[in-house]
Amino acid sequence: MPTLTVDGIEVTVEPGTTVLQACEEAGAEIPRFCYHERLSIAGNCRMCLVEMEKAPKLIASCAMPAGDGMVIHTNTQKVKEGREGAMEFLLINHPLDCPICDQGGECDLQDQSMAYGSGNSRYHEMKRAVAEKNMGPLIKTTMTRCIHCTRCVRFATEVAGVEDLGAINRGENMEIATYLEQALDSELSGNIIDLCPVGALTSKPYAFAARPWELSKTESIDALDAVGANIRVDSRGKEVMRILPRLHEDVNEEWLSDRSRFSYDGLKTQRLDTPYVRKDGKLQPASWSEAFEAIAAKLDGLDGAKIGAIAGDLVCTESMKALKDLMDLLGSPNIDCRQDGAALSAVRSGYLFNSTIAGIEAADALLIVGSNPRHEAALINARIRKRWKMGNFPIALVGEQRDLGYGHEYLGAGPATLADVASGKHSFAKTLKKAKRPMIIVGQGALSRSDGAAVLALAKKIADNFDLVSDDWNGFNVLHTAASRVGGLDLGLLPGEGGKSASDLLDGSLDVLFLLGADEIDTSKLGNSFVIYQGSHGDVGASVADVILPGAAYTEKDAIWVNTEGRPQLGRRAIFPPGDAREDWTILRALSEKLGKTLPYNTLAELRAAMIEAAPHFADIDVVTPAPWGDFGVEGATEDSAFVNPITDYYLTNPISRSSRIMAQCSAAFSKVKTEGTGTNG
Amino acid sequence: MLKDKDRIFTNLYGIHDWKLAGAKSRGIWDNTKALIEMGQDGIIDAIKESGLRGRGGAGFPTGLKWSFMPKESDGRPSYLVVNADESEPGTCKDREIMRFDPHRLLEGCLVAGFAMRAVAAYIYIRGEFVQEAINLEIAIQEAYEDGLIGKNASGSGYDFDIYLHRGAGAYICGEETALIESLEGNKGQPRLKPPFPANVGVWGCPSTVNNVESIAVAPEILRRGEGWFSGLGRPNNTGTKLFCISGHVNKPCNVEEEMGIPLKELIEKHAGGVRGGWDNLLAIIPGGSSVPLLPKEICDTMLMDFDSLRDAQSGLGTAAVIVMDKSTDVIRAIERLSHFYKHESCGQCTPCREGTGWMWRVMQRLVSGDAEVEEIDMLINVSKRIEGHTICALGDAAAWPIQGLVRHFRPVIEERIKSRKAARAA
Amino acid sequence: MSQVIETGKAFEFTPENVKKAKVFIAKYPKGRQQSAVMPLLDLAQRQNENWLSKEALEYVGKFLDVPYMRVLEVATFYTMYNLKPVGKYFLQLCRTTPCWLRGSDDLEAVCKNKLGISSGETTEDGMFSLLEVECLGACVNAPVVQINDDFYEDLNAENFEAVLDKLAKGEEAPKGPQIDRINSAPEGGPKTLLEKTGDA
Repeated sequence: MPTLTVDGIEVTVEPGTTVLQACEEAGAEIPRFCYHERLSIAGNCRMCLVEMEKAPKLIASCAMPAGDGMVIHTNTQKVKEGREGAMEFLLINHPLDCPICDQGGECDLQDQSMAYGSGNSRYHEMKRAVAEKNMGPLIKTTMTRCIHCTRCVRFATEVAGVEDLGAINRGENMEIATYLEQALDSELSGNIIDLCPVGALTSKPYAFAARPWELSKTESIDALDAVGANIRVDSRGKEVMRILPRLHEDVNEEWLSDRSRFSYDGLKTQRLDTPYVRKDGKLQPASWSEAFEAIAAKLDGLDGAKIGAIAGDLVCTESMKALKDLMDLLGSPNIDCRQDGAALSAVRSGYLFNSTIAGIEAADALLIVGSNPRHEAALINARIRKRWKMGNFPIALVGEQRDLGYGHEYLGAGPATLADVASGKHSFAKTLKKAKRPMIIVGQGALSRSDGAAVLALAKKIADNFDLVSDDWNGFNVLHTAASRVGGLDLGLLPGEGGKSASDLLDGSLDVLFLLGADEIDTSKLGNSFVIYQGSHGDVGASVADVILPGAAYTEKDAIWVNTEGRPQLGRRAIFPPGDAREDWTILRALSEKLGKTLPYNTLAELRAAMIEAAPHFADIDVVTPAPWGDFGVEGATEDSAFVNPITDYYLTNPISRSSRIMAQCSAAFSKVKTEGTGTNG
Repeated sequence: MLKDKDRIFTNLYGIHDWKLAGAKSRGIWDNTKALIEMGQDGIIDAIKESGLRGRGGAGFPTGLKWSFMPKESDGRPSYLVVNADESEPGTCKDREIMRFDPHRLLEGCLVAGFAMRAVAAYIYIRGEFVQEAINLEIAIQEAYEDGLIGKNASGSGYDFDIYLHRGAGAYICGEETALIESLEGNKGQPRLKPPFPANVGVWGCPSTVNNVESIAVAPEILRRGEGWFSGLGRPNNTGTKLFCISGHVNKPCNVEEEMGIPLKELIEKHAGGVRGGWDNLLAIIPGGSSVPLLPKEICDTMLMDFDSLRDAQSGLGTAAVIVMDKSTDVIRAIERLSHFYKHESCGQCTPCREGTGWMWRVMQRLVSGDAEVEEIDMLINVSKRIEGHTICALGDAAAWPIQGLVRHFRPVIEERIKSRKAARAA
Repeated sequence: MSQVIETGKAFEFTPENVKKAKVFIAKYPKGRQQSAVMPLLDLAQRQNENWLSKEALEYVGKFLDVPYMRVLEVATFYTMYNLKPVGKYFLQLCRTTPCWLRGSDDLEAVCKNKLGISSGETTEDGMFSLLEVECLGACVNAPVVQINDDFYEDLNAENFEAVLDKLAKGEEAPKGPQIDRINSAPEGGPKTLLEKTGDA
């Protein structure tokens, strides 16, 4: 381990550390624009220059490996002048338009010019003007502000795996652009806004909307897929103004997918902000007590077997627990959190992403079954790509053939291929057998079918046959698409004895059906079932409801979310629900009282205590509690049909995104193209 | 004056047959096997002893450079990359080697490639040299067909390939790591060092990049003995060198001369003297556009070698001598070079991308005189903020001509500004 | 400004050029076919009247399995790729100091006065395009103009006009030095290399 001296302080660092990192370890601040921990080193901005004894010139600390015995100075006159010079060169062609720049107040260039710049300009020539570039509905470009750090290009090629972004021309005419000004076709494109150190790439939907200092910042958890990305919700008054990623090394690193980042305008439209009761065939606004009375009247004296409940994809664990308890009190075994009919059982290791997201980096072979992780969990896909880029990571796919953003072997379309792998007939079986930490990822496309349980059994057979599970490694993974799913399974939202599962609950055989945020359902056979819909948006579920109870969206409540790994995380309320809408568990609590089946908790703390009692790992926030290997799946015949991915339009998977204009624009811009072809060039 | 018998490039002017038959008659490919039998260490030691310094501009000892290549492969092949991207303004010597003496270069590739344990040489020739590339390609074919290269090259038992790669118009590809990037099919943007090419070069493999002339002279040095080469010139500045004499001389030409030849003698003996006589000399850029110019009084006694020119705050560079007589608008001459560097900046790193354009724009105003005298100091300060702060040496090369101009011709610039002011006032 | 021009016409190599392209690719180690992007762009340009259309760029990208953006980066970085149509004779006029010292301004004036074009322009009849370029590397034969693949050296207004006249008439113009001179030897004949060499 090299030991070097930085400003007189001796530091010992890991081999492979750069001088810049060593300086930081020694407590010296090094300014930078192009350097970014998660991207390759470009060394182009020249802001991080430091003095190294015995070197004739200043060195770019970001690019220099720390060596034993190096003597580094970061605060000499020479270094000061070097930084001042780099700063001056960056500013000569940078417009002085900070007052109309959305980066203002959170701009690296602004901040560093205050700290390291000279304060006046000696440049009297014309400034360069650069034409704006079209990058699609999400990214606004003001390329005159670009300082050519190439972070965006490196992110696109390295992390996102799209080759559409580059730097054309040369010298002072160099420009960042997408190929032929096409929109940047990546589910992770919004991250280049965060990476841009200046105002060249800003958020188009957020343009001129707010200044950073006006915003309340709430640390929370994303609920628009099952990754559980850590987010920061920036709000002003009653409005969410934007959503940004928050660092979590084991989950989303510092990235966020576009749907999770840009659906926030959907929080403002199609909202259910007052209760409704169907009168004379039409939904009419009502008071809470009217709504509750209508429900009570319907349930009065009804046998539990005639009542059922389905929990949807964006439902928090608190409300699911309350729903489950209420159904128990009503004597109903008819409850399900698998609105897509996925054949998952209560065995926890059979429905978790057991390897963990960070664990992907330790794997050495991967079989993907019935899933397009790029759409179903874009950030997990980025992690797979990260692992793939390290090399020696064979990946194979059974299911729909898609461009995943990394190289993979396509094995086949459906269960037959999977059976060939399981039996060892297929050559990829050898790859799995040889691997020390092999992984299988089973998507909902493989499980949400009538033979799902048999497919699950095949996947388990692969896990057992090829040692995917050992004492220190569990390579069996289910990739969920719904933020609620693992929490729901953890809390037992599965049909009880003699209970019906989701598809049977929708067949019109029930007298009363409670839809808790369930919108991805087939409502065509509901018949005369009396439908209660509780949720935030007027979508599929609300349209068939007889009573609507307006709930809170994920940004409007304190809630625990359990991601696909089984990691409970704390979401926090950024704004209040609109109008008469309420936090969901309180609605159920109030309803239970009205029904004379009062739920035994008065506060959120009491409710959470009940949850912990039911599923103790809820006590360990942000901890993945490993699940013991068990029996799951049902061996049996499989069908010939190909696996069909659950997501057809990445931008429109849930009621909030479907209410979002931004997502509608993205869908129009990208989704048609996406269903075609698999080539690297689109 | 160097005797013809000590000249290496005997077909410099293309008077003789450049193809294989002619080359053989001039002694090229004469028992090359014997040179290879000297062994890797033998060759490298001889080149070191000869005192040969890189002919591409930087003057790094060639034998030492070869010795940086790994002696044992870790599984990766090693490559010799020949820098034939001759683009330094004033320089046109490698062109003559490639079109009129290509076999000399090819034999050098084999010998040097063998010495550094390379499996192949890639010759990166600037794209504009179309005819030169055609000649080289023919020569390569001839050499393969004659068994001189390829499997069991020249009967040595060593397998060695030579490939030609054409550039497409970018001065920066003469920088060794930019050249490597270009050879990989990328934009020619220099790489960060470390790692150095000898560790991680083209396609991630150990590579050495050498100038055409450095490679082409190697077989002759080995044949005649390192002592012959080191006996020419003076210590640390040995051997012969191709000089390109352009600009305001009566008879511009290329010529091979002994290192250390007096500048005046070089011009008067070979290039017909300065237009209008030596006393009509204003200044000379002695080593290609990147080195600072020298005013006449320094030129009077200047010796043309690395150390002498370095001591005069200039450099031998590529030994391209650009002569300017007293009719020259020396500010404009340098402004033209500033435009060159602005045009050729790759755009990658900040000081060069932004600074070369800034300096050129100020230089334009200095040409017309539309400037303030204080801006001269500012310009120098800007040039110093570029120099030494960039990824590659293009930043330095852009800064030095301007620094040389101000160092020696400041009064001319000031006078221009003053008379422009006076003209406007009138 | 659009990055490239779409012609609407498909581009593909002639069978002969497909063979040439494969020879180029074979020069580089396996899996390093991206190295061939420059020779293939040159090949495409030669087949396509000396310029590269969007279709040609994308064809090269597909041929090599290199993303289009990487091909475009290369095509816009190097000066020798023409991204718009050029005349039958593509004049590259060197304007760097050694050529300027010896009268490149006069040649520029010839283009302006005789052909009516400045840098970046093409004559109306599509015969000549002019591009001012930086050092061509033939400085002892300055001033120099490259016309398509050939260097025309030791030019002055008079002999440059003569060259242009010949080309305009569809005649060959002698290449290389336009004065009485052997390549880069001094005018009037070599002063060195006069001793007899081994050359028969």
